[in-house]
Amino acid sequence: MDLSYGEAAEAFRADVRAFLSSHWPPAADLRGADLKAFIRAFRAAATEAGYLYRAVPKRYGGSEQPVDVIKAQVIREEFARARAPMEVGGNGMNMTVPTLLEKGTDEQKELFIRGTVEGDYIWGQGYSEPGSGSDLASVRTKGELSADGSKWIINGQKIWTSQGMQSTHMFMLVRTEPDAPKHDGITYLLIDLNQPGVTRRPIRQMTGEEGDHTFCEFFFDNAETPVSWQVGERGQGWYVSRTTLKHERASIGSADGLGRQFAKLVELAKEVDRIGDPVIRDKLAQIEGFVLSHRYTSFRLFSCAAAGEDPGPVSLMMKLLLTEIGHEMALLAQELIGEHAFIEPAGAGGRGNRGPRGPEKWLDQIMGSLGNSIAGGASNIQRNIIGERGLGLPRDLAMSGER
Amino acid sequence: MHFHLTEEQKAIQEAVRGTLADSWPIERIHAFADGDADFDRASWDALMALGLGGILLPDSGMGLLDAALACEVAGEAAAAGPLIGQLLAVAAAAASGRANLDALASGEAVATLVHGGSAFVPCARAADIFLVVDRAAGVRLVPAGDGVTIEAVRASDRTRPVSKVAFAEGAGEMLFAAADPITARLADAALVLCAADALGGAQKVTDMSVAYAKEREQFGQPVGRFQALKHQLAHMALDVEPARALVWYAAYAWDAELPDAPRAAAMAKAHLCDVYVRATRAAVAAHGGIGYTWEYGLNYWFRRALFDRAWLGSPSEHRARAADLASW
Ligand SMILES: Cc1cc2nc3c(=O)[nH]c(=O)nc-3n(C[C@H](O)[C@H](O)[C@H](O)COP(=O)(O)OP(=O)(O)OC[C@H]3O[C@@H](n4cnc5c(N)ncnc54)[C@H](O)[C@@H]3O)c2cc1C
Repeated sequence: MDLSYGEAAEAFRADVRAFLSSHWPPAADLRGADLKAFIRAFRAAATEAGYLYRAVPKRYGGSEQPVDVIKAQVIREEFARARAPMEVGGNGMNMTVPTLLEKGTDEQKELFIRGTVEGDYIWGQGYSEPGSGSDLASVRTKGELSADGSKWIINGQKIWTSQGMQSTHMFMLVRTEPDAPKHDGITYLLIDLNQPGVTRRPIRQMTGEEGDHTFCEFFFDNAETPVSWQVGERGQGWYVSRTTLKHERASIGSADGLGRQFAKLVELAKEVDRIGDPVIRDKLAQIEGFVLSHRYTSFRLFSCAAAGEDPGPVSLMMKLLLTEIGHEMALLAQELIGEHAFIEPAGAGGRGNRGPRGPEKWLDQIMGSLGNSIAGGASNIQRNIIGERGLGLPRDLAMSGER
Repeated sequence: MHFHLTEEQKAIQEAVRGTLADSWPIERIHAFADGDADFDRASWDALMALGLGGILLPDSGMGLLDAALACEVAGEAAAAGPLIGQLLAVAAAAASGRANLDALASGEAVATLVHGGSAFVPCARAADIFLVVDRAAGVRLVPAGDGVTIEAVRASDRTRPVSKVAFAEGAGEMLFAAADPITARLADAALVLCAADALGGAQKVTDMSVAYAKEREQFGQPVGRFQALKHQLAHMALDVEPARALVWYAAYAWDAELPDAPRAAAMAKAHLCDVYVRATRAAVAAHGGIGYTWEYGLNYWFRRALFDRAWLGSPSEHRARAADLASW
């Protein structure tokens, strides 16, 4: 075992640092539109240098670099150190672009990738519906061809759409073959959300988020999208939606985030003067056992990815592991904050200035950690995946039907 | 950057696994468990013939990680024999500059580990040498007979039976004083190897449970199709598999002499010994009646889990140390 990245990576690190020191940060007095323009120009320069959008071809605004997970990691580390912005976040880069690169037509790539990379297109994920969550393949939002066969006409409802109020576009799963078996009757469509047939409404979250800061529901009433915006074959949408980002996916990013959060939990114990309590010390170290297991397993996944080896079932466990650790941290935080739990943290739910906040700020984590056990596949579904795909246990009837 | 096993490391584990599978089929474990011996020469010789004894020699080209990989497989096999003591006695003797280590490294002379302050010692009756590692009093090498009294007890772990051992004042030879950094390193190494044994055992009982759930039928189908059981098994795997990297890291940190090596050893010992106890309890529950029998054999790993947990200091003791080491 060796956790150093090697000489070539260190030389590369020096290049990244040199780049960052001449391009970041912006002047302290830069504000508003000027700051936005600066960041845009910075991203363009970083892409030109080969540091951002490495999986995206040059003609679509990327830097088209060969896969190199170590370089990708060095870039993440150095950008984080300099607090420089990386690629635009959200569904667009995580889901739309990889799906289009793998399954999209040239026209679709041309139309959407550059706009997404440059942050002009923001994508909502239109999967869940009021009647379809874990059983996603049961979606009922209907797509029918227009009389001339040039457009899909969409009717139905999507729900829990993160970033829905900001989204300009949506990728969605729509039932187009009502008579086919459920996994085989779905088509994957891209749609422009700014049209008369689309209505959106924010749903207030348990954390208090509302307005622009929360997830949404969307109503489709004869909304339209060109047939040329359909990704993959008609009826094959379920399989298109299984496309995941393979390029340089392994990172130890979530482990760093978890480690930072754990360090803050220790700080909290100090702040509320409980760090000397043996029960608290034991509980903290117990949680840290899991935090470190997650961290070093991330190293393992990263190392396997760099070597092109399959790490086995452990990769299926990372989401549930993170969720479970989040719960444990929430429970201890709740013990530590004591009566601060009576106070709603300033700026909770994205309302107003966060200002200086005391131990009550942990309420954000205490509630927010629950989102992890639902979004992106509920924990029970994760357990099914570990049991069936990881351990090879016989499939549950609920999970069967997929080819 | 390399943080997964090499082909060579996997091959070594396979070799150890094959040898131990030959030595310890379940009937042999039963026979050993029902006998009086605390050691089995033939299986020990077969294991030592692989050259494991010398892993921690300075010129072996291997290190604590490789030693941990061997101990992991021994834990999986529920092997008898003081492998951890042997590996560390060789390391201690070599570090003290002793010249002739052949008898120890070959396993001909059997060495067992004594946790400073504890009267309970595995394989004490068979041992030729006692390696006493005590953070507060240093490291001693005590030949059998030299002021050593051994009292047999009915041991709960039937694969690594303990005896009660007492040493006369000043028995044997002092290798390292308490303040010598090698004392703490040996104590840390013992924790990592114990964690590795726990990892191997926890994985073994998880695998047994999964295999049984695929084969046992109730209500006309394999019980592993029932979601409640499937989720229990998924949780066992979730507890065990990510913890593997914690053992790797602790061993790697020790080998590389990283500043956090002592703390990593404490965390690995505490975490894995808890995991092992949880896994063996869950395994018995997952099996139903057969799991509760002596005959089926799960109880050997269950008992080893109790042993690993209590040996070298409990999880909470090491978590308290880890808290101190982090200056919380
Ligand atoms: C913060 C947040 C953001 C989200 N963002 C998006 C988004 O951007 N786009 C989008 O499309 N969706 C989004 N979702 C929706 C999310 O994907 C769904 O909520 C999730 O898939 C669960 O579906 P459901 O809510 O219908 O719950 P259900 O599927 O109805 O589940 C209810 C309960 O039943 C259990 N359950 C269901 N099926 C099984 C089974 N087979 N075995 C065992 N237990 C089962 C679940 O574990 C759960 O406990 C978001 C959700 C949250 C909380």
